Amino acid sequence: MRTVDVLRFARDAATGYPLRTFLSVLAMAIGVAAVVVLTALGDGARRYVVEQFSALGSNLVIVLPGRSATGGFSPANALTTTPRDLTIDDAFALTRLPSVRRVAPLTAGNSEINANGRLREVVVAGTASTYLDIRSFKMAAGSFLPEGDWNRGLPVAVIGSKIKEEIFGSAPAVGELIRLGDRRLRIVGVLKSVGQGLGMNTDEVVFVPAGVAQSLFNTNTLFRILIEARSRDEIEAVKREVAAALKARHGGEEDTTVITQDAVLATFDKLLRALTAAVAGIAAISLAVAGILVMNVMLVAVTQRTGEIGLLKALGARGTTIRDAFMAEAAMLSLVGALTGYGLGLFGAFVLRQVYPVFPAYPPDWAVIAALVTALSTGLLFGIMPARRAARLDPVQALMKH
Amino acid sequence: MSLIRLAGIARVFHLGDSVVHALNGLDVSIEAGEYVAIMGPSGSGKSTLLNLLGLLDRPDAGSYRLEGRDVTTLSPDEQAAVRSLRIGFVFQSFHLVPRLTAAENVALPMMLAGIPAAERAKRVAQALKDFGLDQRADHRPDQLSGGQRQRVAIARATIMQPAVLLADEPTGNLDRATGDDVINLLEALNQRGMTLIVVTHDQKIGGRARRQLMMEDGELKFDSARQAPAAG
Repeated sequence: MRTVDVLRFARDAATGYPLRTFLSVLAMAIGVAAVVVLTALGDGARRYVVEQFSALGSNLVIVLPGRSATGGFSPANALTTTPRDLTIDDAFALTRLPSVRRVAPLTAGNSEINANGRLREVVVAGTASTYLDIRSFKMAAGSFLPEGDWNRGLPVAVIGSKIKEEIFGSAPAVGELIRLGDRRLRIVGVLKSVGQGLGMNTDEVVFVPAGVAQSLFNTNTLFRILIEARSRDEIEAVKREVAAALKARHGGEEDTTVITQDAVLATFDKLLRALTAAVAGIAAISLAVAGILVMNVMLVAVTQRTGEIGLLKALGARGTTIRDAFMAEAAMLSLVGALTGYGLGLFGAFVLRQVYPVFPAYPPDWAVIAALVTALSTGLLFGIMPARRAARLDPVQALMKH
Repeated sequence: MSLIRLAGIARVFHLGDSVVHALNGLDVSIEAGEYVAIMGPSGSGKSTLLNLLGLLDRPDAGSYRLEGRDVTTLSPDEQAAVRSLRIGFVFQSFHLVPRLTAAENVALPMMLAGIPAAERAKRVAQALKDFGLDQRADHRPDQLSGGQRQRVAIARATIMQPAVLLADEPTGNLDRATGDDVINLLEALNQRGMTLIVVTHDQKIGGRARRQLMMEDGELKFDSARQAPAAG
């Protein structure tokens, strides 16, 4: 029997029992679609986090007060070590290190903004002119904080795009006076919308000079120091130099933590890749179930078509021909199911991206290939047994069942 | 040389503890172009004989020579090739594939034999015309009458121009008039030289054959060609 005839015969056999064919195709499609959508979700989460960290700026090194990287608090900690706070002077000292390009102090707190007759709760970030370049922000209007003595600070503010929108609407905000807590500040700039970053929505932040923020919150400590290395290769050098400089400034005590964006990113990347693989593994179970269903359907087909198999043998079909025909049918069910599922999965990922535009839910290539290969191979694997059973049927017995 | 030569054929079935001798020491020769009816009560072994003749079953003892060639020792694939090229089957219940049209059913043996589609189409068209089915080519079996179905089945059985046509109760599912038409059709094929072997328990149909074989308890009780009716 010619291959093209085997395929046509198998196709006709599959379409001859539409409900049975539809159900097994559906099962396979759901399995593949589940893998595609779930891995799209998992990988989307990974990309989302990676993008978030990339949005922080490049070649970034961050200094946190306190020794523990995880920042856990225990009573023993409080009694034995009293971590020295990070100060603006600490930050300024770091600007003289050889591998450091820029340094920005960061202190943060909540306050109320009162302007244009409107009142709103806002996050206030105290920093310096360098912050704009370190975070790669863009101005929508005006300019960022002016350069100058970090400890003194002029009574000026830069507002995020959402705050500008809510308080001033479409009217220009630059040059307007606002009240922030008990301070009167003049707006010198409005940031372009950038979205999430560093755990706060930059569009809803008011930036003021670090000195202004410190007096506003009545503190002399910093929340973070952001440092940009001169190049990617110098990140490690920056890390060493910063740790050494701060240790020297803090009386020989290592009471700060220096983290790099890369380290955090690599951890998240690894974690979320593992998560995606785990989710893909779970979804793959549904593929195995679909494969078993195809086997079931093919076994039923062999029983249902016993008379036909007997007839084919009487007409001169060899055992291998019958086996090939049933294998081809199982392969077709799996293939059509897998392709349908792939289409459904891509559509599902598309819907996810429409509903959550910030979430890059694209299935990774490896998952798509693995899903299609698994679907086809389980279909074929589970097709072998029914096909062999069909090929081995005794023609006399088979012909009697009609 | 006989077309079919059976010598000492035995076929034994084991049903639980009991042993059934479906065929017992059978010696028969059938010449090319003969018209033979195999008759006998149910359980007499006539269907088993037909299955053996059609290479659907193997004897436990004895030899079967088809066109001078010992076919009992062939491998399953070689037997399939013999079935494909030399043997045509007509069944009581037609055995048409329900999802295929009349034309596709007729083409089935050629498709299994690997004949190209163009050649198949030509021969199917001719066969359907010969059997008066050209208006029914695209009908599925459930859209055909019983007589038409059996005509499709006969067209299918003869499309490969086999040496022998085996018919197992070909009129069993048909009314008298349609059954006669089918028998006439088979006899016409026989008159054109095709060896015809019909299994039936219908005396009237069996009587039309030129040679009758009477089976009983797995043995040949009467062979009209030998003119020697056995007692009982």
